Amino acid sequence: MLDVLQNLGRVTLGFFQRLGRGHLFLLQIFATIPGVLLRPRLVLTQLYAVGVLTLLIILVSGLFVGMVMGLQGYNTLVDFGAEDSLGVMVALSLVRELGPVVAALLFAGRAGSALTAEIGLMKATEQLSGMEMMAVDPIQRVVAPRFLAAFISLPLLAVIFSAIGVYGGYFVGVDLLGVDDGAFWAQMQDKVDLRGDVYNGVIKSVVFGFVAGWIALFEGYDAVPTAAGVSRATTRTVVHTSLAVLGLDFVLTALMFGE
Amino acid sequence: MNNRTVEIGVGLFVALGIAALFMLAMQVSNLGTFVSADDSYLLEAGFENIGGLKVRSPVTVSGVRVGRVAAIDYDDEAFEAVVTLRIKSSYDGFPEDTSASIFTAGLLGEQYIALEPGGSMDNLADGDRLQLTQSALVMEQIIGQFLYSTSAAKSGE
Repeated sequence: MLDVLQNLGRVTLGFFQRLGRGHLFLLQIFATIPGVLLRPRLVLTQLYAVGVLTLLIILVSGLFVGMVMGLQGYNTLVDFGAEDSLGVMVALSLVRELGPVVAALLFAGRAGSALTAEIGLMKATEQLSGMEMMAVDPIQRVVAPRFLAAFISLPLLAVIFSAIGVYGGYFVGVDLLGVDDGAFWAQMQDKVDLRGDVYNGVIKSVVFGFVAGWIALFEGYDAVPTAAGVSRATTRTVVHTSLAVLGLDFVLTALMFGE
Repeated sequence: MNNRTVEIGVGLFVALGIAALFMLAMQVSNLGTFVSADDSYLLEAGFENIGGLKVRSPVTVSGVRVGRVAAIDYDDEAFEAVVTLRIKSSYDGFPEDTSASIFTAGLLGEQYIALEPGGSMDNLADGDRLQLTQSALVMEQIIGQFLYSTSAAKSGE
């Protein structure tokens, strides 16, 4: 009986300790950001690894998500004689929800897991301790540039995802299924609001970029420094980032579009 | 992988992101069709009932969109809704006796204001008020009138 209670207590304390370490880690990152901005080349290299190399999967999935939405939306809307609204449907769902969320999920799988594995392995091979020995702050040198890169690239990726998805929907709806070209764009422009829809989507992806970068780097930095520990940390990154993105998306949607 | 590749890649990535945002702003959202305050003028119209009309609803003449609803207020002295219309200044030749009606696009579509030019020689200017207006048709009223007239017809037999 006491053992059960002790286990419960240990799990709870462990959870809160991790949470506290995570927030302290975030504060450490914030403190080192001014120093990183003096050496933008570090961020640039990471932008390439985190953003540019994720571009391909974002482009391909954005195109296909848009095409599928065009196809499914057309089949449903044509029953009501409302196929002219296809553009609105595709654009609103992409800009408001699918762009930021799917881009963040893909980002967690492609870039977040790589960040965790990289940092975790650096820790396991004692490269981080080595830096500390040389009086180089590993958070400033290794972690903060990656955090900034994630924070910058996810909004860009989400916007690219939405834009290419709209063209995917256009290709299927207008070129293949024969929706009127003018009605597709005109209804879309009529119903999609720049501030209410496009900007709120960008704000969402900024928040997701922050969270995805934070979780991925913390999991790597906090990983048990063994092969199994790094593998567990990588898995946790993908799972936790996905859960956090989906949960936050609901909260943000309720705040933005709930009225 | 040398520095040049990295820099070109990042430059391409950022340029693509900005281009996508620009495309979303101009092509997808309503920024491109927005009537700016500079090249437009305002008209007012009083309606008994505006139905589901909203700010930013379109204003059309012969089906062509010439502007948008800029504001909707309630005048508690005349007991009517006052709708402010923002019309593009390239369409400034509406006669004084132009009438405004609230119509519905399709059976369940959104509501819009249709202007119908009259025959007067004088034109409307900025801030003028349209005198002839026709309110929105409210579905419940139509159904009520229909039920009333059929029951009256039956009892009259």
